[in-house]
Amino acid sequence: MNKTSETNVDELVPIYFMGKRYDVPASLTIQKAMEYAGYQHIRGCGCRGGVCGACGTVYRIPDSYKLQVGLACQTVVQPGMHLMIMPYYPGNRSSFDIQEMSGTGGELASLYPEIFKCIGCNSCGQGCPMDIDVMHYMAQAIRGDIAGVAETSFDCIMCGLCASRCPAEEVQFNVAILARRLNAKYRIPRAEHLEKRIEEIDNGKFEKPLRDLMSKSMEDLKELYRSRESEPQMAEEDWTPQDARYV
Amino acid sequence: MPYPEPLKILLEKVVATRPARVEKKKNGEEFTAVKLEERDTILNNFHPDFIEGTRRKIRVGPSKGYAISNEFVDLLESKSRMNPDLVNLSQPDYETDILVIGAGGAGTAAAILAAENGARVLIATKLRHGDANTMMAEGGIQAADKVGKDSPYYHYLDVLGGGHFVNDPELAYTLVMNAPDAIRWLEDLGASFSKYEDGRMKTMHGGGTCRKRMHYAADITGAEIMKTIRDEARNHEDMIDVIEFCPAVELVLDEHGRCAGAVLYNLETSEYYFAKAKAVIMATGGSGRLHIQGFMTTNHYGATADGIVMAYRAGVPVSFLHTVQYHPTGVVFPEQAEGILITEKFRGAGANLLNIHGEQFVYEREPRDVEAACIIRECSPEGRGNGIPTPTGKYGIWLDSPMIDMLKGEGTVRKEFPGKHILFRRFGIDISKEPMLIHPTLHYQNGGLDINSKCETNVPGLFAAGEVSGGVHGENRLMGNSLLDVIVFGRLAGEFASEFIRENGEIGAVNLDHVRRYNDEVEAAGTGETGIAPMLLPDYSNPEVKEKQLTKDYFGTLS
Repeated sequence: MNKTSETNVDELVPIYFMGKRYDVPASLTIQKAMEYAGYQHIRGCGCRGGVCGACGTVYRIPDSYKLQVGLACQTVVQPGMHLMIMPYYPGNRSSFDIQEMSGTGGELASLYPEIFKCIGCNSCGQGCPMDIDVMHYMAQAIRGDIAGVAETSFDCIMCGLCASRCPAEEVQFNVAILARRLNAKYRIPRAEHLEKRIEEIDNGKFEKPLRDLMSKSMEDLKELYRSRESEPQMAEEDWTPQDARYV
Repeated sequence: MPYPEPLKILLEKVVATRPARVEKKKNGEEFTAVKLEERDTILNNFHPDFIEGTRRKIRVGPSKGYAISNEFVDLLESKSRMNPDLVNLSQPDYETDILVIGAGGAGTAAAILAAENGARVLIATKLRHGDANTMMAEGGIQAADKVGKDSPYYHYLDVLGGGHFVNDPELAYTLVMNAPDAIRWLEDLGASFSKYEDGRMKTMHGGGTCRKRMHYAADITGAEIMKTIRDEARNHEDMIDVIEFCPAVELVLDEHGRCAGAVLYNLETSEYYFAKAKAVIMATGGSGRLHIQGFMTTNHYGATADGIVMAYRAGVPVSFLHTVQYHPTGVVFPEQAEGILITEKFRGAGANLLNIHGEQFVYEREPRDVEAACIIRECSPEGRGNGIPTPTGKYGIWLDSPMIDMLKGEGTVRKEFPGKHILFRRFGIDISKEPMLIHPTLHYQNGGLDINSKCETNVPGLFAAGEVSGGVHGENRLMGNSLLDVIVFGRLAGEFASEFIRENGEIGAVNLDHVRRYNDEVEAAGTGETGIAPMLLPDYSNPEVKEKQLTKDYFGTLS
């Protein structure tokens, strides 16, 4: 039951991979259908779980003029579909030194001045397999709203399909990651508890307790493990343990 | 596809028991956890690691006699992909200070640190930069940085308890003591962690943690980390070169036994190259695509244990490979999503696991091996036989995600788990209203190459970091400690490898003698017909098609 499934006896449907017909089981994703047909992917296959951006795919189905997009690992085949996996799309990227910036909208504009050429056609958003409102974050980028770009683009998998559709030749996904990094580094407050804890570690606060633990017998360790106090699931952030010797 | 009618009917039982279960959760009443002394019995009876006949002793190499999964032994008893006599080592195709093999979290972190320490870096990777298990890690990254309630002391205890108390103590120490600095490094590079308004990190529980120390970026923590450090590596273009679709297939040593680079294989032109380096960092990740015991896997396409094979041939022993981690919750239906990981964070946020009667049968935050074994026991006909039958003939368990909205407010599932919400929406299932069907899935290689806390192997100049190495997690890794592992040890590997090349002079005459010796050893062991390794890519093509693929090996252009 937990084994990988045998190939299902399943209705076969025709799909056209770059124009060439293969008959494949109707329940498979495009990625698995190509493997069924005999392909061993080199490009166009990564995580097989919809997060890495390796298998952006464009396709058309019969009786519709619309060009559709999806991820090959997530999209189930449809009878008569014509498809192409686009594992790579050239995109320019501006290098920057994250330590020497300040997190302003002007920095987006100076690294990617072409954002102002955006014509607001929404081809990018229609081409996004993650349903991200790409045109909206490009508008936010033009306004210098770094936090907005960061939030709108958070799920971006950088597959490049937006850029492939853009008549203004934008490379939206690189603008987006720049904004996300600037936002996280400069616009959102730092975690002060991190600094404090690192200082404690550097000052050797935990050195002795930890070295003592490391030298204990397995039985003693098991006893300490069993009796360790657990923070309750629904505890608030300010919960503190009764035994505060090692915290 | 949405849940078909028979499942809809079973779902009514989940709905019926839900209000009482939510109430219990709110009152802090948890299902009784498995006692430490009972864990072994459950593991011995139901964990896949303990099934008779699935392991055998390796007959060659530095860990000869060590019994591990057949699928691993098959690879370790294989011969090289290429004839060592045909590789021209006199003319390196690439020369660099440090060669990093693998471009996931560990390799990328190592490359950045090496570059910052003045070393020129070449990253060779089989797929694209970032196509790795790091990208897929969802739940979070542990670090004991909540002053006043947590510390590396408790993190260490949790790591050891999860790992059955047999972890390498120095490696576990290194992991927990460097954890807060790893988070600070990521924060400083602009990784978007989920935070409170004042900048404090949001943290939650994972299986086997005694304090809430799981930091996260919604439910795509690994992707956020991977995208950030990959982007940072690209900012070091003057120091870091990346060659994609060009995996390493053998290490190269010098006359003194020092690692001197690797033979790379261009997947697209079938050429073999010699990349010469003063030090090598092995960061090839895990091995889920070996499908141990036929299990489905959460791993990415390239997880085929290549680094283990290469380093083992060069003389690096392996340990803890006898245990494999099965993630308790992989999708078992719909079939298109089969094997896909459902982060432990769902359980950390309060979702129950339920059997066919809509009843709880296990505490949700057991260490992964215990949790997985309890789920298998519940599903298995030899166990309790309370699994939910799927339309594809398998059995699963409900993961009751709608509880999270009831506990933490409407919209929480959508906001905290956008990745999975979108995924299931594509199949017509709204996981804020309906639970998911899950079953344990091959997830993580607990063991690997022996390293010390400087990431050194026993081969001078060869370092290893991340999932390819073993010891830090003992026999079972806790959630949130693998992202931590790749960042902590990736950074250390970069640092210590650059120190190594500063302190050691030029490399001597290079050779592939160890590959010849290993091939001979395999031959002498009389293991019968052997395959070739590393595997590089799994093969899922249709067997009927394969029968017609008559040309298996050839030289030059077919005519």
